[in-house]
Amino acid sequence: MAVTEDVTGQPDAAPTTTAPAIGLTGISKAFGPVQANKDISMTVQRGTIHGIVGENGAGKSTLMSILYGFYKADKGEIKIGGVPTIIHNSDDAIRAGIGMVHQHFMLVQNFTVLENVVLGAEDGALLRPSLAKARDILTSLAKDYELEVDPDAIVGDLAVGLQQRVEILKALYRQADILILDEPTGVLTPSEADHLFRILEGLKAQGKTIILITHKLREIMAITDTVSVMRRGEMTATVKTAETSPAQLAELMVGRRVLLKIEKAPAQVGETVMEIRDLRVVDEDGVERLKSINMDLKRGEILGVAGVAGNGQSALLEVLGGIAAATSGTVTMNGEAMDLTHEADAGKRRDRRIAHVPEDRHKLGLIMPYSAWENACFGYHDRSEYQAKAGLLNRLFMRDDARAKIEKYDVRPPNCDLKAANFSGGNQQKIVIAREIESNPDVLLVGQPTRGVDIGAIEFIHNQIVALRDQGKAILLVSVELEEILALSDRIIVMFDGKISGERLPSETDENDLGLLMAGIDPKANQ
Amino acid sequence: MNILKTLVGAAALLGSATLALADGHADFKPAVIFDLGGKFDRSFNQASFEGATRFSEEFDVEFREFEIQSDAQREQALRRFAEQGNNPIVVAGFAYGSAMETVAAEFPDTSFAIIDMVVDLPNVRSVVFNEHEGSFLVGMMAAMKSETGKVGFVGGMDIPLIRKFACGYVQGVKAANPDAEVFQNMTGTTGAAWNDPVKGGELAKGQMDQGADVVYHAAGGTGRGVLQAAADAGKLGIGVDSNQNYLHPGNVLTSMLKRVDVAVYNAFKDSMEGNFTAGFSVLGLAEDGVGYAVDENNETLISEDMMKAVEDAKAKIISGDIKVHNYMDDNSCPAS
Amino acid sequence: MKKSLPTWADVVLIPAINVFLAFFVAGLVVLFIGEDPIRAMGIMIQGSLGSSYGIGYTLFYATNFIFTGLAVAVAFHASIFNIGGEGQAGVAGVGVALVCLTVDQTHWLLALPLAIMGGAVFGAGWAAIPAWLQAKRGSHIVITTIMFNYIAAALIIYLLNNYLKVPGAMALETRGFAEGAQIPAMHEIASWFGASISRTPMNISFFLALLASFLVWLLIWRSRIGYEIRAFGFSEKAAVYAGIKPVKIIMIAMLLSGALAGLMAINTVMGSEKRLVLDSVLGAGFVGIAVALMGRSHPIGVILAALLFGVLYQGGAELAFEIPSIPSQMILTIQALVILFTGSLENMVRFPLEKLFLRLNRGTA
Repeated sequence: MAVTEDVTGQPDAAPTTTAPAIGLTGISKAFGPVQANKDISMTVQRGTIHGIVGENGAGKSTLMSILYGFYKADKGEIKIGGVPTIIHNSDDAIRAGIGMVHQHFMLVQNFTVLENVVLGAEDGALLRPSLAKARDILTSLAKDYELEVDPDAIVGDLAVGLQQRVEILKALYRQADILILDEPTGVLTPSEADHLFRILEGLKAQGKTIILITHKLREIMAITDTVSVMRRGEMTATVKTAETSPAQLAELMVGRRVLLKIEKAPAQVGETVMEIRDLRVVDEDGVERLKSINMDLKRGEILGVAGVAGNGQSALLEVLGGIAAATSGTVTMNGEAMDLTHEADAGKRRDRRIAHVPEDRHKLGLIMPYSAWENACFGYHDRSEYQAKAGLLNRLFMRDDARAKIEKYDVRPPNCDLKAANFSGGNQQKIVIAREIESNPDVLLVGQPTRGVDIGAIEFIHNQIVALRDQGKAILLVSVELEEILALSDRIIVMFDGKISGERLPSETDENDLGLLMAGIDPKANQ
Repeated sequence: MNILKTLVGAAALLGSATLALADGHADFKPAVIFDLGGKFDRSFNQASFEGATRFSEEFDVEFREFEIQSDAQREQALRRFAEQGNNPIVVAGFAYGSAMETVAAEFPDTSFAIIDMVVDLPNVRSVVFNEHEGSFLVGMMAAMKSETGKVGFVGGMDIPLIRKFACGYVQGVKAANPDAEVFQNMTGTTGAAWNDPVKGGELAKGQMDQGADVVYHAAGGTGRGVLQAAADAGKLGIGVDSNQNYLHPGNVLTSMLKRVDVAVYNAFKDSMEGNFTAGFSVLGLAEDGVGYAVDENNETLISEDMMKAVEDAKAKIISGDIKVHNYMDDNSCPAS
Repeated sequence: MKKSLPTWADVVLIPAINVFLAFFVAGLVVLFIGEDPIRAMGIMIQGSLGSSYGIGYTLFYATNFIFTGLAVAVAFHASIFNIGGEGQAGVAGVGVALVCLTVDQTHWLLALPLAIMGGAVFGAGWAAIPAWLQAKRGSHIVITTIMFNYIAAALIIYLLNNYLKVPGAMALETRGFAEGAQIPAMHEIASWFGASISRTPMNISFFLALLASFLVWLLIWRSRIGYEIRAFGFSEKAAVYAGIKPVKIIMIAMLLSGALAGLMAINTVMGSEKRLVLDSVLGAGFVGIAVALMGRSHPIGVILAALLFGVLYQGGAELAFEIPSIPSQMILTIQALVILFTGSLENMVRFPLEKLFLRLNRGTA
């Protein structure tokens, strides 16, 4: 964006060199009952790299989507270069000089680099003049910023790091002054990430403003000038990077919460029931979700897995629960190896007495249009007690069974004909917990047991999990709620970037320590 | 006019339905059912429509009609008309064979006529034509008119009936010019081949590209494309069933007439006069059931010599001096 | 998501309004071409329901639609859109014909179960290939089943032309089945009980269709596999979590779907035509989609919707007989309007109605 001096004497009306690149005031956005952004104010200075950190779901992406015109804020004001700007759509954003590099690239895979760069910004009906012009601009951009990409390569053939460069080139070609990068290193190798940072430094040197969204504190510390921390839809702080530490950021990110008190006896840890060795998972997109995981799960203990969402915990649960296949590695159950290939399924895991309370009860744990009694044996419906004659289900038994579970687990309302969708979140979760615990497993996998669950139900669910432990069962508890991990676990491991970044006993750790481990930094390793 | 006609028809129907229940066929209600392609196909179906219309105008008698939309409606249409007391019921098209067998047996008191097919029942008149005889004559004309010595034939659906046309045509061509070459193509193997003028035009063009300068079609609605292609190329087409000379005056050499209209007209008239006879009826050159059309649209195309030769052949066929082989007798053709 | 409509409104009121709207617009169309819509409507109702002849034809068509509607419904429950009913029923016709041509010297009591097997196996077989491609390769089943309709049509033409038709005959059809493979028509069944009704193609397959409806209900709502099919249809992820194999469900649902579509060949090929003709399906495969949509994929709904479409088909044919000035295309238009209103435009009625009920509820609360 060209800098024009104000000649008419209206200092607010035109951008000036001193005005901040972006000024947000009082931005709020709700999706139904969920407040994704609450009264957010933020200032980004021109020519700086500004980091935004926060856990998944903290509201970072929503905020950036408002800035880029994907969503409209319910309240608040956006100033670009000091000028109040209303951004209805991405065209408005581009016109205001904002470019965005999305986490998932918005590229046409079978177009060339040049065609992708020009797409949507053609000068006229004929493509050739635009392409020629773009080629010149691309050449000079490549020279200035280390952004070398073969303009005639087909995008689909390029490595992810190069595709990301094309996204950056697209934004620069549209004369973006402000560049937003959403989790840019998530898909990059370390060397590609280093190259990206050099590019960003170069852009900053040329006076561009960069917003970097990430949950990796290391990157924040390495490259940003200032950093804003978001938690649960609110902006909790904005600090100069030089004046902060990963520990402080972790605390700001995770927050201090009132510890839950759970009455539990000391664990009576027995022999190892499940052994995980060198477990690796590479997903369909070629991203390594689990990198050589080793752990043991013992009878009579709750093993807590902490971590920011998206660091491999889900993949771990899916592999152990039989939903996804492992790429390599072994898992033994009571000394016997488990089939981790695509041939295995969740039913076979249940046969091996591994029960699974999934992280997402809406999408996985329950069939929402099914009534409670149909859900109460979901996954175990092939067991002989549920069968009547000739392939039909024994509905009478299913109902009796469901009624017993509903009573024992205090599901409200105690109506087994009600559809799952019509129960509250806590009672839905009780149905899932009841079903899985009552299947009498040796190992219980639990993911986010109290997400979206009211306080009363949380206590009940926690007590049920502890009771199961006291029966000598092994429990693997995955949660992003640190207080839950600290309150329930007998042993804690922390996952970061697909690996185990540390292991602690609850007595010798606290939220700050775990927060750093969750950001990939082990404070005790340096001691 | 149209509304009036329907109202009259409906009124007559309502009245007669009760009558029919009371004492059988109280009044004369002929009906005709057309084959796929519809009554305005300028060919086979249109000929039967014209026959019915001519009868209707001459004797001032309304007739019922129905255009089927799918194969399944054949039986329903027949039964529907029979149940409502229509008599006689005339259908045009071999595809009605099995439906006719079923329905005619159910209504032994109703007279039926079927064209192009033989149904052996005591109340069914089966009318077939000696298309090979008419085709022989237009084949002769084609060979005599051709300057390249190459002529073409485009058939509709590949069935014995159409091979019968082709075989007669080839025999006629060879009779006039033993060295002539005949290109033959069939449009398809399903009912859709009767109504695909685009493909018909393409086939005709292909034949003309190989040198044919006269193309004869026996392809129903598909033939419109054949005649169009011939006219566009400045070559000659030969029409079929109805007189199609008027479609492209000067570019249609002649039309092989198959008097479907006569068959329909006669069935109606015989029945009205109480002379309806069931059984097998063959209409050939001798009965004027087939022939060729000469009118103001094509008289300049046909020379005295051609006329003389064709008339001579016609007389000899009628007298039996010339035997034209009927493909359907043994499903083979001696000439090609 | 809270339910904003009472069940009776969902099941009865909305379809009724849809049908009414469809007939209203169709009436306008009839008015446009200068005919009396009331009279046209009267002819359609009278012609389809006013006599044993009309009812026979209506139920004959309805039998086809019940089978194809059930076929689409079963696949719907697994969240699979089977548009291939047309091809599956067509190929099943070949299966039925082959059985009938082989055993028609015996007795229909033997021929019928064999033909049912033949139709079901051929129909299921034709559905198996798209199902396999979907389950194993992710090829979109809507696309593949549509394509397989064309392949089926070409295959049937080829088989009829080269192997099945009577040598030297002109019609593209097999020989008629002999006595031993002719299942009782409705008027024959009626005569066993001393009743006399008009001859129509309606036959014992109608009862087969009702039986199939009951079995489908049993399967979907009472059996273990139905429980798994519905769970898979509601949420594939949840099904996988519960150990239900997607490949198995897709295959089973599609095989059942194809087999059900195939059973309509019993009605047409074995019951009505008593021979294999070129087009034995008559678009019923596509009508089945509308029937299943309108019937909410429930067998009772499918039966009712099939009856409605039977009325439309038979009534439409009567209209063509009685008022020849209403062109056949116009009758197709009327049928299409009903499909449009009941199938695609359903939400047009649903949303205002939901608002209305919401307001009513608020008023009473």
